[in-house]
Amino acid sequence: MEISRHWRLRQQRYGLVGEVCPHCDAKIFPPRDVCPSCSGEAKTPYVFSGRGEVYSYTIVHDPPEGFEANAPYAVALVKLDEGPILTSQLTDIEPAEVKIGQRVEMVTRKLREDGDERGMLIYGYKFRPELATAH
Amino acid sequence: MSNVFVAGVGLTPAGEHWERSLRELAFAALEAAARDTERVLGGPAPAEALFAANALAGQLSGQAHLGVLIADFAGLRGIEAVTIEAAGASGGAALRQAYIAIASGQVETALVVGVEKTTDTIGGRVNAALATAGDSDFESVQGATPAALAGLLMQRYMHTHGVPREGFANFAVNAHANGKANPNAMFRNTLTRDAVLRGGALADPISVMDVAPECDGAAAVVLTSRPTAVRVVASAQATDTLALHDRPDLLAFDAARLSAGRAYKMAGLGPDELDLFELFDAYSIFAALSLEAAGFAEPGQGWRLASEEVIGRGGRIPIQTFGGLKARGNPVGATGVYQVAEVALQLRGEAGANQIADARVGMAQCIGGIGANVVTHILRSE
Repeated sequence: MEISRHWRLRQQRYGLVGEVCPHCDAKIFPPRDVCPSCSGEAKTPYVFSGRGEVYSYTIVHDPPEGFEANAPYAVALVKLDEGPILTSQLTDIEPAEVKIGQRVEMVTRKLREDGDERGMLIYGYKFRPELATAH
Repeated sequence: MSNVFVAGVGLTPAGEHWERSLRELAFAALEAAARDTERVLGGPAPAEALFAANALAGQLSGQAHLGVLIADFAGLRGIEAVTIEAAGASGGAALRQAYIAIASGQVETALVVGVEKTTDTIGGRVNAALATAGDSDFESVQGATPAALAGLLMQRYMHTHGVPREGFANFAVNAHANGKANPNAMFRNTLTRDAVLRGGALADPISVMDVAPECDGAAAVVLTSRPTAVRVVASAQATDTLALHDRPDLLAFDAARLSAGRAYKMAGLGPDELDLFELFDAYSIFAALSLEAAGFAEPGQGWRLASEEVIGRGGRIPIQTFGGLKARGNPVGATGVYQVAEVALQLRGEAGANQIADARVGMAQCIGGIGANVVTHILRSE
């Protein structure tokens, strides 16, 4: 079940909370406490806007255990407007329509079901094409 | 510091071994390596340490602690033994631990055995186990398998460097051309370029023909400080970020570059002096990036080397000389041991139909994760 494990990550999964380096102002996601740019200590929370663009993508046809119901699904490297790149599923889009450079925004979706019908539902971020009305 | 030599090698066929367990596979490789060692050294060579390489048994077989499992089953009770895990680089990492033990003078002879069993379970469970080599909290939770991550890498490579999808096809063609004559290869069929290009999508742009099949297998190498015809002249390891998304330059393949660079420095030679390069073609994009990282091509140009004139058995830098991962098969944690055993056979002139003419210096490189952990060994015939 690993309930505490997913609970620990709630700020990242639901709020895209990373860190900002107090020494060089680099924005960091996922949080890692040592700044990848200047190697200084970086533990100041920073909330990302949730907007970015597709840096690369793939369509998964051969899913791992727990993701069978979603396949085929698109997984992308999303370059956030603040700089970092993260790995995320894309949603609300046909796999064939995904393009590098496409604008996307964060939404909260079910990532997977943990075990049988009594298992935990794991929610987290996915990215969808940016809605014009969101500006 | 003692010099380190290859005393013996032992290989089992890579493939589906429903009739043999983890311990039986490992023992078969050790037995073959012991026979080979006895022939090379003119008598038995008692080993003082055993390094077992494995990546997935804890997850797929519910069995950890393979160092003891194998030592016990092989009748080596009392020997120093430990398991080395570094995902796809486990085999190379175990060899490196044996190398360090011998070079330091602590051990005269060490056994390295890589073993993997992936075919007791199928599909989703194997994919989920393989995905544990990535970042569980920020990659795997998104359904990103290693093939998906390699797909992200390949897509970006094609986009950045303007490479067509077909540009990678000849890596698979070359692998199968060489696997054909290897009795230990999983696939011994010719693969045409057209057949490669017709391969079904797995993780676009990666097709089933861009991926090496995970399989069962075991390989053993005996290293010793007693001089033989094949010396290990370099052993090096380097790491990168665990998650692909954390790399400042996605396409740099820095761990492979660092690992190869350290090995070249240690051996006092460069890419021009290599007669063969057993690279880690778990995905065709890895083959292209490994050739760049090892100094055979500029960034973005590695895929252009995928022609028989360059990478074939008579080419400028032969790769996959026994079929590579694509045709020989990829028994994940054991693969790095297969690679070094295959280089040793080439340098001894015992590669049979797969022999590279006048091979004197060969390099083997294995990769854990998506280029996150890379171990390189260079062997030279003395």
